[in-house]
Amino acid sequence: MSLPTPAAPLNDPRKVRNAGVFPGTLLFAAPSRARCAGGPKVTGSTDRWVRALGLIAEQPWPDDGSPGVRQSLSRICRAAVHALSASGVGVNVLTRDGTQGYVVASDDAAYLLAELQFTLGEGPGVDAFHTRRPVLVTDLGAEDAMARWPLWVAAMAERRICAAYAFPLQVGAARLGVMVLFCEQAGPMPGDTLDQALTFAEIVMMTVLDGEGNPDQGAQALGFDDASGYRAEVAQAQGMIMVQLGVSIGDALIRLRAHAYAESRPLHQVARDVVDRKLRFDGS
Amino acid sequence: MTTVSPLRLAKVFVEVSDTLVDEFDLIEFLHLLTMRAAELADANVVGLVLANQHGQLQFMAGSREEARLLELFQIQNDEGPCLDAFRTGVTVVDTDLRSAATRWPQFAPHATAAGFRYVYAFPLRLRAQVIGALNVFGVDDGRLLADDDIPIVQALADLASIAILQERFMSRADELTVQLQSALNSRVVIEQAKGAIAQSSGVTVDEAFSLIRGYARSKNLRLVDVARTIVTDLAAIPEFARPGR
Repeated sequence: MSLPTPAAPLNDPRKVRNAGVFPGTLLFAAPSRARCAGGPKVTGSTDRWVRALGLIAEQPWPDDGSPGVRQSLSRICRAAVHALSASGVGVNVLTRDGTQGYVVASDDAAYLLAELQFTLGEGPGVDAFHTRRPVLVTDLGAEDAMARWPLWVAAMAERRICAAYAFPLQVGAARLGVMVLFCEQAGPMPGDTLDQALTFAEIVMMTVLDGEGNPDQGAQALGFDDASGYRAEVAQAQGMIMVQLGVSIGDALIRLRAHAYAESRPLHQVARDVVDRKLRFDGS
Repeated sequence: MTTVSPLRLAKVFVEVSDTLVDEFDLIEFLHLLTMRAAELADANVVGLVLANQHGQLQFMAGSREEARLLELFQIQNDEGPCLDAFRTGVTVVDTDLRSAATRWPQFAPHATAAGFRYVYAFPLRLRAQVIGALNVFGVDDGRLLADDDIPIVQALADLASIAILQERFMSRADELTVQLQSALNSRVVIEQAKGAIAQSSGVTVDEAFSLIRGYARSKNLRLVDVARTIVTDLAAIPEFARPGR
């Protein structure tokens, strides 16, 4: 899979304005005044990937140790803030029973927002995880939102958050966590922004799966492969590896991807070999 | 009236549910529902109203043209049984319109003058939310609905709620995306389960699918639910849990 050159598809003035602000002071940056009205119009799945990866590449690495998965996620969250015109973006990586693993966010304020919902045990992120579907709350002031998450909505109001959009990070039955966008203006998310958000959720998912690997390279090497359409054999191979190794489906996913990296082969080809029983993971 | 026969009831629910397929016409569905509700309740007029995003009720369907007029009168004057059911979420039961002038000073005389005697109103509910109401009007003397019939009409109202919410979700672009995302992921779960069964039972993925489908049908379970159990807790299904390579 070749990657189209991510050549400046971004005519977003915010990018320029913020370019000098983030390094070093990123974690204490005030929430952006940006709204959720949607960024520049983007068409097509490939454009969305190019745009997302281009924005991520522009984000500096946090200055807190060697680049790892959390640092990668932090860059993705910051890029998502720009691409999606959000005030903050948080990622909750969860254990299988839905308890908190760790949190990464675009800034300190977003970190608190993301963490709070799992501390309180309520919020769209919690619901998105448990219902396995996106939960888009376009107006946190609406009565149904207040009835559904009284504590969480009250906490958001204090922080002037008026809308939140939660996306489960999942591959079939394997659930890793949620990505949540926080916005200061109520209103439905435009369709193209929603599609871009889903692209970011996929990138977050792959980054979590690939652990300490280089996420940019990972997404570029295999991202388009995954994104180019749902491939049955990849999911089937995950199920087979799960049984071969007696591990969870999430671990099976990681093993399959790690093997593809190690062999420098496209994921779907490795998966095909597993389904055709030419390749086993249990060494027998 | 007498309580509806179980056979008749079953036929109505099967007929109404049968229209709840992938692509259904919501208005047609609600129309059918009000017609059948009128027949079951032996009522003269049944009307259905639905709240828009601002909480204002809108007429959606009626068993007869009079239903539209009765509902519109309530909506325009901001009073009446369907508004009460909508606002309180509580069923308005067996109300004699002739003695309801205090409760509904404008609607009760209007409906009585039009020849109606009794009214019922059932909220259209989804969990804590009320999204509309189903009105049943009768001209006959005596009780309109037997006690046993009230849950039946409420069940029809609940069926309407299910249909409407499905339709509402699909008519908003972002909710359509949510539905699609969910459907797509369900498909991935099924493929993962096929792989797991192909491995554990030593069959092809196609054969695995037949096994999973057969099991779901025999147990009357949803395919995706069986698939999810296979992938997350294979041991919970002894039929599939046997080891094998």
